Amino acid sequence: MLLINCPWCGPRDESEFGYGGEADIARPANPDALTDEEWADYLFMRKNPRGLHREQWVHEHGCRRWFVLERDTVTYEITDAT
Amino acid sequence: MQPDRLSTGGRIDRSLPLTFRFNGRTCQGYAGDTLASALLANGIRVVGRSFKYHRPRGIMAIGADEPNAIVQLGTGAATIPGLRATEVELYDGLVATTARGWPGLKFDLLSVNEFFSPLLSAGFYYKTFMAPGFLWRWYEHGFRHASGLGISPRETDPDSYEHYNAHCDVLVAGGGPAGLMAALAAAKSGARVIIADEQGEMGGSLLSDGATLNGNPAGVWLGKALDELQRCPEVIILPRSTVSGYYDHNFLTILERCRDHPNQRDAEGVRQRLWRVRAGRVILAQGSHERPLVFPDNDRPGVMLASALSGYIRRYGVCPGRRAVIFANNDGAYLTALDLVQVGASVSAIIDCREYGAGAVAEPLREAGVDIYQGYIVTGASGRNGVRSVQVVPVSADAGAVKSGRKIIHCDLLAISGGWNPAVHLHSQAGGRIHWDDVRSCFIPGAPRQDHVSVGACNGSFSLDACLEEGKQAGQEAARACGFEPAPFSTPEVGRERPGEAHPLQPLWRVPLPRSPRRHPKQFIDYQNDTTVADVYQAVQEGYRNVEHVKRYTALGFGTDQGKLGNINGMAVLAECLGKPVAEVGTTTFRPPYTAVSFGACAGAAVGDLYDPVRKTALHDWHEAAGAEFEVVGQWLRPWYYPRAGEGLDEAVARECLAARRSLAIMDASTLGKIEVQGPDAATFLERIYTHNIARIETGRCAYGIMLGEDGMVMDDGVMARLGGQHYYLTTTTGGAARVLGWLEQWLQTEWPELKVYLTSVTERWSTIALVGPDSRKLLQGMESDIDFNREDFPFMSVRSGSLAGFATRIFRVSFSGELAYEINVESDFAPALWQTLMAAGQQYGITPYGTESMHVLRAEKGFIIVGQDTDGSVTPLDLGLTWLLSRDKDYLGKRSLARPDCRRPDRKQLVGLLCEEGPEALPEGAQLVEQPGGEPPVAKLGHVTSSYYSACLGHPIALALVSAGRARKDDVIHAALRNGRCVRARIVSPVFHDPEGERQRA
Repeated sequence: MLLINCPWCGPRDESEFGYGGEADIARPANPDALTDEEWADYLFMRKNPRGLHREQWVHEHGCRRWFVLERDTVTYEITDAT
Repeated sequence: MQPDRLSTGGRIDRSLPLTFRFNGRTCQGYAGDTLASALLANGIRVVGRSFKYHRPRGIMAIGADEPNAIVQLGTGAATIPGLRATEVELYDGLVATTARGWPGLKFDLLSVNEFFSPLLSAGFYYKTFMAPGFLWRWYEHGFRHASGLGISPRETDPDSYEHYNAHCDVLVAGGGPAGLMAALAAAKSGARVIIADEQGEMGGSLLSDGATLNGNPAGVWLGKALDELQRCPEVIILPRSTVSGYYDHNFLTILERCRDHPNQRDAEGVRQRLWRVRAGRVILAQGSHERPLVFPDNDRPGVMLASALSGYIRRYGVCPGRRAVIFANNDGAYLTALDLVQVGASVSAIIDCREYGAGAVAEPLREAGVDIYQGYIVTGASGRNGVRSVQVVPVSADAGAVKSGRKIIHCDLLAISGGWNPAVHLHSQAGGRIHWDDVRSCFIPGAPRQDHVSVGACNGSFSLDACLEEGKQAGQEAARACGFEPAPFSTPEVGRERPGEAHPLQPLWRVPLPRSPRRHPKQFIDYQNDTTVADVYQAVQEGYRNVEHVKRYTALGFGTDQGKLGNINGMAVLAECLGKPVAEVGTTTFRPPYTAVSFGACAGAAVGDLYDPVRKTALHDWHEAAGAEFEVVGQWLRPWYYPRAGEGLDEAVARECLAARRSLAIMDASTLGKIEVQGPDAATFLERIYTHNIARIETGRCAYGIMLGEDGMVMDDGVMARLGGQHYYLTTTTGGAARVLGWLEQWLQTEWPELKVYLTSVTERWSTIALVGPDSRKLLQGMESDIDFNREDFPFMSVRSGSLAGFATRIFRVSFSGELAYEINVESDFAPALWQTLMAAGQQYGITPYGTESMHVLRAEKGFIIVGQDTDGSVTPLDLGLTWLLSRDKDYLGKRSLARPDCRRPDRKQLVGLLCEEGPEALPEGAQLVEQPGGEPPVAKLGHVTSSYYSACLGHPIALALVSAGRARKDDVIHAALRNGRCVRARIVSPVFHDPEGERQRA
């Protein structure tokens, strides 16, 4: 079980958190201007890197705040949450 | 009574005899025995039958690696299957049986399997029992009976279990010399230490080692060390506790057996406790497992690991034989010969595959007149129910080929040793690699992946000096890493009562044989699964190369011992077949748990009433007193229906529905999710969430709204109300409350943090009482209130705050039934009083409480959907015919997706009503819809029934369904396929069955 450092509450067990997938995907400002392919890319396509991955987590059973952290998908090492 | 018990020696207490039963036979042992040592003391050699060939088997090992002595402990509800006799501490009255062997252990009918063994080789399941498929059930029953590893109790487990969360600076796995030194070193610095050992007594090898520490027997130092640890306030010592799993970020589980052992059988409390530990540093000191040697008939009862034999002699005062033969490739096994000589047993011979033989340890044995055969191997053992003799032959210097000169040596005990395997299990579970060490001929831990270190024998350091020193170093380093300053202390001085200088081990896995392995008697690699050398050869012959594939094909390492005894031999035999070095073949994956964890311990306290939290509304007591039947919705217990005397579900629901349609009914709708949205940007935020226009909604007005996922699919629905300029109130589905709040928070925090909006869950704060029916206004008008309930002053889809009968309320004029209705929110503490006031005042109108079943019927009559029942995550608002809810003038979540061609397909499944054209029965929910009955499969499916009820108001059943291109097919007749194979005719109609103009709710 991962030990996740919530920026607001400190280190807590993974079971207190929810996973929100890849970080830094901004919602397009004008979805109507996008082609179906571009919209599908925003909606469905996600990176699946071997190595460092910036991802969103939420301290669901704690402060309910969302934050971003970087996790190594091979070693599961977590670098500081931002 | 105990023919093989020695008169002195061991750590047992001969003044405390214990009586136990094994397979119906009454036996005696002593306090301090394990079941295995007591069985051996009683001269019981055959303790089980093998998995596949039902060969008689005896005790091989002394710990967690035992493959044969698998017992069923106890009877009735508390019986436990699959325990190793070597790990069961003896207590008075213990009852154990072996799972296999029918009718008896010595005469087992299924031992005929051995004569059919050519049919039962690797992969025989896949080859022999393929066809015909329908017979598989019959085959399987036979297999289960033949190979069963035990019986699980049918009764509820009478014991209780718990989970226990803990943090520590240093966790030490294993309480042998290395682990104890590590714990001492860390504890002396003041660090919080947990040390766990699987045995009842801490000490590991010190419990049976002949060495001295600081000039005294090892036991003296052991006692002092434990004493010292016990006095440290920050140290937790856990005997009978197996570190079973090593997970991410130094999270480990420890299974503590609290009441499984003799001294605490009758104590109060949990039977087992699963510790969930987050450790700063982990020190692995689990020791090592001795390897057997692989030769024909190496599974005869009486064949035993050399270290196990020493352990039984030294720790338990048991010598299970009179005339022993030792077969080994290393010096360590000579110590076993010394142990035998010391207790007066005769050693007929030592068979050592090494031409160069052993070092100084051999001298006292030669003096004692023991025959030592250097450069010899064992190529056979006779004696079906107990070894009687072994066949030995000389081998070449590299131990690779047999030479002539066969001899037979009589014996009743054969101790074998093929070297040692460090227990790298936890290191591997933690993600650490292991690599092959040619000098020691074993896999040793490589660089750790987490904050852990392996010390002592599990690190490949087999000498006692090295164990103690490595333990101390690791303990001090770990303490330092956790911010403590270790105090200096000295390592105890190891004195040998026997010479220690050793000659190197000569790698030997399976012995060389004149012919192919298949043409000799079986050479077992995995005793528990009856996997032989021939099986591995066959797997390679049939094309298997990868160790993981060979494992699965031959079942090597699949037993409850998980290959602790045989796996490395198996890898080595595979390497030999493939002509590769062992290092290249590698090992299979080590997965948790190290040894089995009971289901009870996995579940902990989360069973029965504690399995899942139960949520009750503020009105629950009233519902219960009124005789309601309940159903679980989410975690809520909701009244399902309120049966009167003699009524079943159908009658009660019909009565409740008619009351709602004709006069007055009342329902507890408190479980609705309720969220308050406040702030200057509340409207902007909600515009992006909901599909309808928020800006148009004035203060005091309500609107029905749906939320979509970004994929355009309906996620949740509910009513939203504007309570003030910057103050909104939303309801969600009962089950969706938490999900919707999380969804809103996610967008607010991650995408639109600039919006000034607060979200607050008020689900529990407000209880909701739905007052439904044509008489509802009259009732409210007759009560004391500052709210004007006139049709014009309080129209449909509006909200008013005010007092009602002295209670502060918010009243929403919304309707989930299609009738004139009010949903009254009141602070939950006051809900029971208001409910009773309404019930009393409603007497004159025959006020009728109704539950969720009637609620479903009423809403289905109106064609109102339930998200998650009439939708399933693939349904858009267009499919539901909710186009009127979709704003064209703004963007909202999911809007773009609705323009995808797939969402515009004309043949998408759309919500329709269905009327069954045959019989008075309601269509079953979930029934598949087809065009015509019959036809060649696969039959094209048009959709399925999502909701179906008998409508008392209409006098016939109604149904909602999702039907391909359904809206354009009004009045078409399609067919619903029933489970009995019959198809019934159903006509497509509008989903609104009752009051399609909506006049009643606006009344």
